[in-house]
Amino acid sequence: MPQKYHITPRPTLPRFTPIGKYGTIDWMEDCLGCSKCVKKHSCVYENYDKQTSFAQKMKSVEYLYICKNCLRCVQECTKGLLQRVVNPEYSWLGDSYWAPDTILSTWYQAETGKIPVSGAGYRGPFVGEGFDEIWTDMSEIVRPTRDGIHGREYISTAVELGRRLTALKFNSNNELISDVPPFVNIPIPLIFNILPFGDLSPTVFLSMAQAAAKLGTFMIIKAEDYFDKLNPYLKNLIPLSTVKAIEEYQEIIKAVKIAEFIYTDNIIEHIQRAKQINPDLIVSIRLPMNKNADYMIDELARSGAEIIHLYADDNGNELDGLNPRFIKDVIRGVHLRLVETASRDKVTIIASGGIALAEHLAKIIICGADLAAIDLPLLIALECRLCRNCRNDLPCPVEIHQATPEYAVPRMTNLIGAWHSQLIEVLGAMGLREVRRLRGEVGRAMFYEDLERETFGSVKRET
Amino acid sequence: MDIMKIKLENRPDYVEIKEAPSRFRNAIGKYKVRRSLQCINCGTCVQSCPYGVHVMHKNTKRVSRPKDYKCIGFECQNKPFYCIDKCPVNALSLAINPLYETFGDYRWTSDLILSTWAQAETGKIPHVELEYRTGRSGGGFDRLKFDFPEEEIEQEGKGARGQGGKEGTDANHQSPITNHQSPISTSIALNRRNDGRPEITIDIPIYGGGMSYGSVSLPTMLARAKAAKVWNTFTCTGEGGYPEELKDYDDYVITQVATGLFGVREETIQRVRIVEFKYAQGAKPGLGGHLLGDKVTKDVARMREAVAGSALFSPFPFHSVYSVEDHKKHVDWIKEINPKALVSVKVATPTDVDMVAVGSYHAGAHIIHLDGSYGGTGAAPDIAKKNIAMPIEYAIPKVHRFLVEEGIRNEMVLIASGGLRTAYDVAKAIALGADGVVIGTAEMVALECTRCSNCESGRGCARGIATTDPELSDLINMEWGAQRIINLYAAWRSQLVEILRRFRMTSIKQLRGRTDCLIYQK
Repeated sequence: MPQKYHITPRPTLPRFTPIGKYGTIDWMEDCLGCSKCVKKHSCVYENYDKQTSFAQKMKSVEYLYICKNCLRCVQECTKGLLQRVVNPEYSWLGDSYWAPDTILSTWYQAETGKIPVSGAGYRGPFVGEGFDEIWTDMSEIVRPTRDGIHGREYISTAVELGRRLTALKFNSNNELISDVPPFVNIPIPLIFNILPFGDLSPTVFLSMAQAAAKLGTFMIIKAEDYFDKLNPYLKNLIPLSTVKAIEEYQEIIKAVKIAEFIYTDNIIEHIQRAKQINPDLIVSIRLPMNKNADYMIDELARSGAEIIHLYADDNGNELDGLNPRFIKDVIRGVHLRLVETASRDKVTIIASGGIALAEHLAKIIICGADLAAIDLPLLIALECRLCRNCRNDLPCPVEIHQATPEYAVPRMTNLIGAWHSQLIEVLGAMGLREVRRLRGEVGRAMFYEDLERETFGSVKRET
Repeated sequence: MDIMKIKLENRPDYVEIKEAPSRFRNAIGKYKVRRSLQCINCGTCVQSCPYGVHVMHKNTKRVSRPKDYKCIGFECQNKPFYCIDKCPVNALSLAINPLYETFGDYRWTSDLILSTWAQAETGKIPHVELEYRTGRSGGGFDRLKFDFPEEEIEQEGKGARGQGGKEGTDANHQSPITNHQSPISTSIALNRRNDGRPEITIDIPIYGGGMSYGSVSLPTMLARAKAAKVWNTFTCTGEGGYPEELKDYDDYVITQVATGLFGVREETIQRVRIVEFKYAQGAKPGLGGHLLGDKVTKDVARMREAVAGSALFSPFPFHSVYSVEDHKKHVDWIKEINPKALVSVKVATPTDVDMVAVGSYHAGAHIIHLDGSYGGTGAAPDIAKKNIAMPIEYAIPKVHRFLVEEGIRNEMVLIASGGLRTAYDVAKAIALGADGVVIGTAEMVALECTRCSNCESGRGCARGIATTDPELSDLINMEWGAQRIINLYAAWRSQLVEILRRFRMTSIKQLRGRTDCLIYQK
């Protein structure tokens, strides 16, 4: 059995006080100054004490982050002077897809490396759009023990990248005569995508590369962003360029295992040039997710593509047209089409765009991707608030460009470590022992539409 | 308040409903009434408000701070007793409580929390306009409503409170609870196998869900047990041992055998009338249980035969059960140790939950208990709560239909839990095919849980419910807690009776599987 893949978390505090959800305000004018002050006696989290010590150290009083919303102080104050409020800054975080809760949860994971755990039941809507239309399955009793979470057995999250043969051929001396294309194995089904925006600097890229190396995975980087300090991490980099620029970047291409090229017509012919530069190179084709994607992937798969990276917009939607399809639906279609043309096992499919939470990773694989490329969660791990100031050349409120590897590498690995644990939780609940078995396994998922039809199909509708 | 008494069908005695107000100084309500310093303590408001918002302090003869959680708010404007207008010096003002607007969540809205608190206090439907029947999760129970026979819909009125009969126009607004002579039965049988084991009947189609000593405090456990005894139903110890203090309630306690076997002994199994196997929990299906180190106090550790301060895991799944045959062996084992016990099997809701239910039938279980994925927990990974396994609304009809097709529906008792918040959810679950339900979170809310979701961290619940910290546990008085839960079920039962009455049914059993009584809302 291979050694168990484990990401050891290294708790790393944020550099800026995070934005919390709750806080209290009080009406000091009416305060009696009584001896039963709730600030002294009621708060089991000692938040008010913390505030005082903050103030004594002349640090800013940022109590909004730590209030746990138990309402004891609100309900016990002698004169009822306290009021719990929702931090308005909290509701301005992110957008409708990258919701404040998603950002807060990502911050927590990046800080601690732990799975977010909480008491009381689920709090959200019954069903949502996109990934929130899927529930994953579990196994009750009849499967053998697969408690990969707490120890005994090994749940593999490794995937291969590259083109695969459907069968190996041997000669009469039992020698392999098939020409096996190059492939690489990574221990988690995710790689780092290029960041769509951000207050980026060479140290941020360096940190990402170091984190990718530490995790044993890859980082896609625009070839023009490459600089010498990244040399030690070349084996974990995927340079991205157009096919026209192959010559320009041939030194890098020579040194890496995988290179990614932006899709153009006749790309399969163009990439032969890269293969000449580096015969062991695996090529990934970066294909925009649009109305033709299904057709184009099928064509590419048949004409010998090794990896196809299908990218959606930041929120997982198609890049063109009205009524864009969501990534999960596109990937499901692509996967089925490739299964029908008997080419699914030949290519590796990477999906990116809108992968915001660990559950999205599991779900996109269920829909048919081999792995995902993630971007914004890495930025959020560095405390990004998705304010998008950087897009307008305004200063970054959390000065991401200042992030050092000492801070940024553990933050990113913590996040991925927490995602890895969550992926294992999902797999363990299903009784699956490896993530490769999850690919396209829609039978291990339940879809809203199907459940609604089966359950309420015969119930009277409101007219 | 007068003590109200409800006569139950299978008992000689009565259930007593007594007012049990909030244990906190400042109860939270929908509205805020402020009294400014201009107040001259004339007492006009005290005399006019029929809801008891304004109270004159006995000794000082000054008007106390308004008990504004009782205020009916802006709908009072047109009433002759509207205090804001009545006040001769304009000292009073009324506003929506800002807390109300930011309270709760999709499943447990602020209306649901406040109305559960009100029902736990009074045993009646809230007199303040609050949506006490459904949340706003946008699916499942929240999209289903009852298709009551037409002539009675007209009586219903438009307000959220219509269900109780006419709109409540005064403080003496009576809920149908007084209707205790009603011939409408809410009792269900828990053994329908005719296997020589005791016939157990509970008077409400509800019993308490498993909460271990460790996840909740002893006063909380005792409050639940006392309420169960009063209502002639059950509560459940969860997995974490059987505290001696529960002795008086043995006949109303279900003890759980779960994957970690914490605190399971022959004596505990012999003490009770129902034993529950927990295969999985809806909030964290396939993940086992987890009690964080902070909550493993000395007493908890002793009960579980573990070490104080170290986290405890209940593994998943049962490592002795790999097949239905193994499962049968488990059930036989319990039946052998306690020849009088009924066996319940608690499972989560995977795609093949219908097969699991049939398997449990063949293994000899009396009760199949489905725990849906949106149910409560003391601690669970957020990813599991949201994503793993299906909501209970889908699982109930699936299992119900399959048991019917297999011809064993009438021998099996189907119990549903996991995200049932209100009396209406209970009735909807039954209409979808359950015999009865298990309630957890709503009981916690009755004890003034705010669903802040910090049950798992540090010393546990800041409000003294889900904690074993000695100081915090003292925040709950067992008698008060029991009364709150008793009151909540009184209010729920009155609503169930009213629903049955409107369908012209005489027993809750007639509602089972009647999906034709439901409408799916747009």
